[in-house]
Amino acid sequence: MNNVLQMVWLIPVLPLIGFLINGLGRKNLSRSVSGFIGSGTVFLSFLVSVYVFFNVRSGNTHVAHYFDFINVTALKIGFDFQIDQLTSIFLLIITGVGFLIHVYSTSYMHDEEPKDFAKYFAYLNLFVFSMLLLVMGANYVIMFIGWEGVGLCSYLLIGFWFKNTNYNIAAKKAFIMNRIGDLGFLLAVFWLISKVGSVDYHHVFEFVSNTKTNRLTTFDITGITMLLFVGAMGKSAQIPLYTWLPDAMAGPTPVSALIHAATMVTAGIYMIARSNILYTMAPVTQGVVAIVGLSTAILAATIALKQNDIKKVLAYSTVSQLGYMFLALGVGAYTGAVFHVMTHAFFKALLFLGAGSVIHAMGGEQDIRNMGGLKKYMSITHITFLLACLAIAGMPPFSGFFSKDEILAAAFEKNPILWGVGVAGAIMTAFYMFRLYAMTFLGKFRGSHEQEHHLHESPKAMTIPLIILAILSVIGGWIGIPEIFMHGGHRLETFLEPVFAQSNAIAENSHLSHATEYMLMGISVAAALAALVFAWSKFSKYQKVEKEETGIGKVLTNKWYVDELYDAIIVKPLLSIAKYFNNIFEKKGIDGFVNGVGKAVNYGSRQIRLLQTGQVGTYVLMMVLGILIFFIVQLFL
Amino acid sequence: MEIKWYIGLALALFCTGIVGVLTRRNSIIIFMCIELMLNSVNLLLVAFSKMHAASAVAISNPNVVTDAQIFVFFIMVVAAAEVSVGLAIIVMLYRNTHSVDVNFLNRLKN
Repeated sequence: MNNVLQMVWLIPVLPLIGFLINGLGRKNLSRSVSGFIGSGTVFLSFLVSVYVFFNVRSGNTHVAHYFDFINVTALKIGFDFQIDQLTSIFLLIITGVGFLIHVYSTSYMHDEEPKDFAKYFAYLNLFVFSMLLLVMGANYVIMFIGWEGVGLCSYLLIGFWFKNTNYNIAAKKAFIMNRIGDLGFLLAVFWLISKVGSVDYHHVFEFVSNTKTNRLTTFDITGITMLLFVGAMGKSAQIPLYTWLPDAMAGPTPVSALIHAATMVTAGIYMIARSNILYTMAPVTQGVVAIVGLSTAILAATIALKQNDIKKVLAYSTVSQLGYMFLALGVGAYTGAVFHVMTHAFFKALLFLGAGSVIHAMGGEQDIRNMGGLKKYMSITHITFLLACLAIAGMPPFSGFFSKDEILAAAFEKNPILWGVGVAGAIMTAFYMFRLYAMTFLGKFRGSHEQEHHLHESPKAMTIPLIILAILSVIGGWIGIPEIFMHGGHRLETFLEPVFAQSNAIAENSHLSHATEYMLMGISVAAALAALVFAWSKFSKYQKVEKEETGIGKVLTNKWYVDELYDAIIVKPLLSIAKYFNNIFEKKGIDGFVNGVGKAVNYGSRQIRLLQTGQVGTYVLMMVLGILIFFIVQLFL
Repeated sequence: MEIKWYIGLALALFCTGIVGVLTRRNSIIIFMCIELMLNSVNLLLVAFSKMHAASAVAISNPNVVTDAQIFVFFIMVVAAAEVSVGLAIIVMLYRNTHSVDVNFLNRLKN
């Protein structure tokens, strides 16, 4: 109890308090009070997280045990928090970016009724609480509690404007797809319990990495990691479970920024980075992770090329960037994945908040074909958005360059083909981001006169978070400068060293020569720059044309028809089975059986009733016959 | 006389009674048949009592010999009282319906 890190319980409890106050008092709190409580509690958590971070940096890691959560014979699952390097990085991202988004929300959601406003902040705080639980848990069960909690909050916030049926459908879709993944996660936990007898990270990782005690077969470890990856697929929107994320844009824009870009969707990456030793022991799963990640990155990037909804472009871009993170995990570049989570949290939150600012100014319009020329109306939003676009396109020296380059270099080490496809994705990223930028901010305004009249820069509560995030997007990458530029420049890698030490010891390390590394960097930057310039010149003078897309463009506009495919092979058959059971099995079978029992009893009693004739003679006869039968049975049988 | 004769007689009387109750429709005859069954049981009771008398004396409890016979008298007394009630019912039936046929009397049914 003498360790200062024992007080880390404050970090999740503060947002929980905010949730309780806002949730219970939502009918009595004014907008400013609930906004203040919502943001304030997260800010306090952020302060504690900063303190914890500096403690961890000086080498103080800790597992805090609070109470026994589950205690049955040999299986003991404690309510424990583990504070180490990986956790402290995530704590900073969640509370820091979370706080900025809370502040932004106080202005963005200002048109809501006070009680809806308080409800919104209650959900947001509950989300932050669950997410903190997820990254702080010292075993898979605590992580799973947070895992489910963020899923619930995601559902609640996507369906925040629940009076719109489409939004509800989107919320349900997100929840159900997440449940499919959660099943995988849960099965993996059961498998771990049955084979290892513990879910504590310490025990599991020691058990697995120690060759003497390791009794897990290749099949076991591959199965466990695969099932965990299924969980990650659901939460982090990878093929085949990614379709919920674009639909999740139905929620308020700050929610998209917080949950569906910066934090929740990176839970899968956190989980795999946390279990890195398991994955290093299972090369087959690693291969699958890399391939799934890369194909998601490419598929989502191609879809993003043709989307016209400002938030949909960003959503597909998020899916694509998550794909890159999984590619990094798959090729064993765990630091790269965490680095990209961090930089992505900065620039993608910034992009979403910028998009929110644009939508706010446009009075709810989300179609970029009706925008254009916003540069002169909203200078702060414009500049911050441009910086974020440069960051995500991987332009040096913005943050995205360093993290993406690290991932691509690691991919090249593993297999040059992975690198080639990854660069193709990076080119598309640059293209669609600058298509989005050019169509929104450059050229002439294409909306209605009413909208043009209404255009304005957003209030300070919205622009200040944008500015802070823009600064972070620019400089965020400088903590991970590759070895070739600066010796000892990759401070993040040094910091995270202890977490990934076991994996790094097992994996063979072959370092690329400096010449190769310069060449790879040069190619990817040059290609992305070319795409950037092309998109800029092509779309800055965009004119609205009414013409039907043809060929591949049509396929991309319709998102490769994946939704239609799922609809045809899963939803429709399920619905028809359900219909069959409802109409035939339920009505004929179950109802028939229940009603049949009633009818049979009714009919039977009508028949048996006739035995009671009311004639004494008959009764006596029956009695005598009964006695005779009794005698016969007694004497002859 | 051996016990089997008594049992045989009692059985014959009892069966006569049952068959009478089941087959006849005249309520007075049914009533008489019931009495016949009752008395066949009385007969058995007395017969068995006599049969066990010897062994009862052997364990020097002479009361056993006479207990059943006195019991039978009680039964007869009660039966006589019952007969008077039963006959009275039948007389009242006859007065009301001018019949003692039991099949005719099921009009309370339904």
